[in-house]
Amino acid sequence: MTAPHSGAHAATGPGGQPAAGAGPAPAERDPAAELSLEEAVHQVEAEEHEGRPPAAGPLANVLVAAAVVALGVAAVVGSAALGVGSARDPDSGTFPLLVSGALVLLGLGLLAVARRTEDAERFTGASWLVVAGLASMVGFVALIGVIGFEIPAALLAFVWLRFLGHESWRTSVVISLGVVVAFYLLFVAALSVPIPHLF
Amino acid sequence: MDLAPVIDGFGVVLEPTNLLYCLIGVVIGMLIGVLPGLGPAATIAILLPITLGLEPVTAIIMLAGIFYGAQYGGTITSVLLRLPGEASSVVTVFDGHALARQGKAGTALGIAAIGSFVGGTVSIIVLSVVAPVVASFALDFGPPEYTALALLGILLVSTVSSGDRLKAVIAACVGLLLATVGRDGFTGAERFTFGSLELADGLDFVPIAMGLFGLGEILYNLEERHRKVQAPATVANVWPSRADLRQSSGAIGRGSVIGFVLGILPGGGAVLASLAAYAVEKRRAKHPERFGQGAVEGVAAPESANNAAATSSFIPLLTLGIPANATMAVIFGALLIQGVSPGPQLVTQEPELFWGVINSMYVGNILLLVMSLPLVGLFVRILRVRATVLAPITVLITLVGAYTVNNSVFDILLVILFGALGYLMKKLGFDPGPLVLAFVLGSLLEDSLRRSLLIFDGDATGFFTRPISGVLLVVFLLVALLPPVRAALRRRRATPAENEPAATTTTTTTTTTKESV
Repeated sequence: MTAPHSGAHAATGPGGQPAAGAGPAPAERDPAAELSLEEAVHQVEAEEHEGRPPAAGPLANVLVAAAVVALGVAAVVGSAALGVGSARDPDSGTFPLLVSGALVLLGLGLLAVARRTEDAERFTGASWLVVAGLASMVGFVALIGVIGFEIPAALLAFVWLRFLGHESWRTSVVISLGVVVAFYLLFVAALSVPIPHLF
Repeated sequence: MDLAPVIDGFGVVLEPTNLLYCLIGVVIGMLIGVLPGLGPAATIAILLPITLGLEPVTAIIMLAGIFYGAQYGGTITSVLLRLPGEASSVVTVFDGHALARQGKAGTALGIAAIGSFVGGTVSIIVLSVVAPVVASFALDFGPPEYTALALLGILLVSTVSSGDRLKAVIAACVGLLLATVGRDGFTGAERFTFGSLELADGLDFVPIAMGLFGLGEILYNLEERHRKVQAPATVANVWPSRADLRQSSGAIGRGSVIGFVLGILPGGGAVLASLAAYAVEKRRAKHPERFGQGAVEGVAAPESANNAAATSSFIPLLTLGIPANATMAVIFGALLIQGVSPGPQLVTQEPELFWGVINSMYVGNILLLVMSLPLVGLFVRILRVRATVLAPITVLITLVGAYTVNNSVFDILLVILFGALGYLMKKLGFDPGPLVLAFVLGSLLEDSLRRSLLIFDGDATGFFTRPISGVLLVVFLLVALLPPVRAALRRRRATPAENEPAATTTTTTTTTTKESV
């Protein structure tokens, strides 16, 4: 079995097919022909991430690693309280202790490479959209028991469409009302799901 | 091989309900493959509540349809918009989009559909032969073997996941810890429940999967600046010419085989298979420079491979009870909710379920072929639906769906909580896939580990003296330890300044996959 790695490199690198011919080919426009497969794949993936916020700084990465370590330590303490047991007689805490111990070590490893980490994203102004989205969901849950699902669902859809998605007023109103009607017909009228409803 | 249960399986598939849900599954799969935003794991997670009211066979037939249907759908966006809907369609972008620019989008889509169909079908046939053999082999597996298998499965999925290996393994550890919440099956002690009654029975799989995969992905997409929607290239004739078919037939055959083999490996799956198949074709070609310029083989090979892999990744799940990737982990969860525990006894104890699901894939692939050739225009039109309109609808389906599982508001809150966690994880570079997979396998791993230790009377070397668990654990250690050691050696040789971190992580990932192959 050929791993993609070796194949990718043989395709353009030395030691592949004799006279692979990738160099002189008039391939200036198309990146896939010049780059190795691996690089080309990365390029496509990077293009997909074009609209994403930039990478987070070293401080954020250190904090993430520290949070992992803290979680691990808390879990170690919690598991120890459950009874450590022994290899001969494993107790409730044995397995969680092993896992949380591993978590502490891995978190320390993450801390060690935190300065070279580039895969975390920075929190930007757009992150408030996520907070708003979460808040709308919590509001939905809080209201559903009191006044049924119809009004909260319409409000949630409207907020997402108009304010998070920047759709036009008309589209937002029409779609949010349409969604609630469709949900009512599907869940209440057709499936008789016992979800709290107003009407 | 006893053919009677196989034929009975066709009887199960041809029941009208099952045919209907197979159709629903593949249509949904095709749609989410085309639409921006949600992947198959997220969609299946969101639809878990619907499956609760269905028969187990019907439920899994539908979920499987979503999974392999998405492989077909992802091709359409790769070819027309240069946006791979699924990770397994990334390589299809090169030649598929090049063909589209030459006005041959139809040819690319047609070849991809035929390749997917052949790859899928070949894979089902081999699966039907191989799966019962693997299952009968695994019947003798005891707790030590399952310990090793679960460990290796979790590690491989973490290794090949998108993103950083270290972070993926951390996510897996968190998943294992979450699995311990609730009452301990051995001693009856309450673990990490903080006195909460709702947590006493442990965390449910459904809200975790719905939150991490479903809501997490929707929230993550909220932050994205919306790119201008390109008009998709027009699709004229999807029926490939005879010359195109002749040219790509070899690629389809080789792609099917590569896809099948890589799909079986835990963590391998469709993404790796499509890459490998493309690389093999380019290497074999007399004129490799055609690749990237619109070579039909460059579309045929990866598309056959990713579909074959999607199918064969059911083997570890249905025969060993070990899911090979994130989507399989969600299907595993769906089976557990239905009261079916997947494992080697499935073939003999639940032949109708086993063969019903496998044989439904023939039907699903035929349906998908029909939808991708004559009806492709319909799906191309769906590309115009905006993500901003889809997001609130998906959110509401998720929240209402979460409620319907137990009629409990607590479950909705859990989904929102795990949605926030899923968003943070994706944001900070942690792939949620390994967490869900580890959560699903957590109790199996802990049970087998504790039983093994009791069998061995506390002597851990017992794992290595049994041949199968020994081999699996040696592979586990190799996969776990070699890449960091290599990376350390390389770093010592190269000066730190020219050592770009992104490059280091990718090479380690590929070297590990090589080892696992």
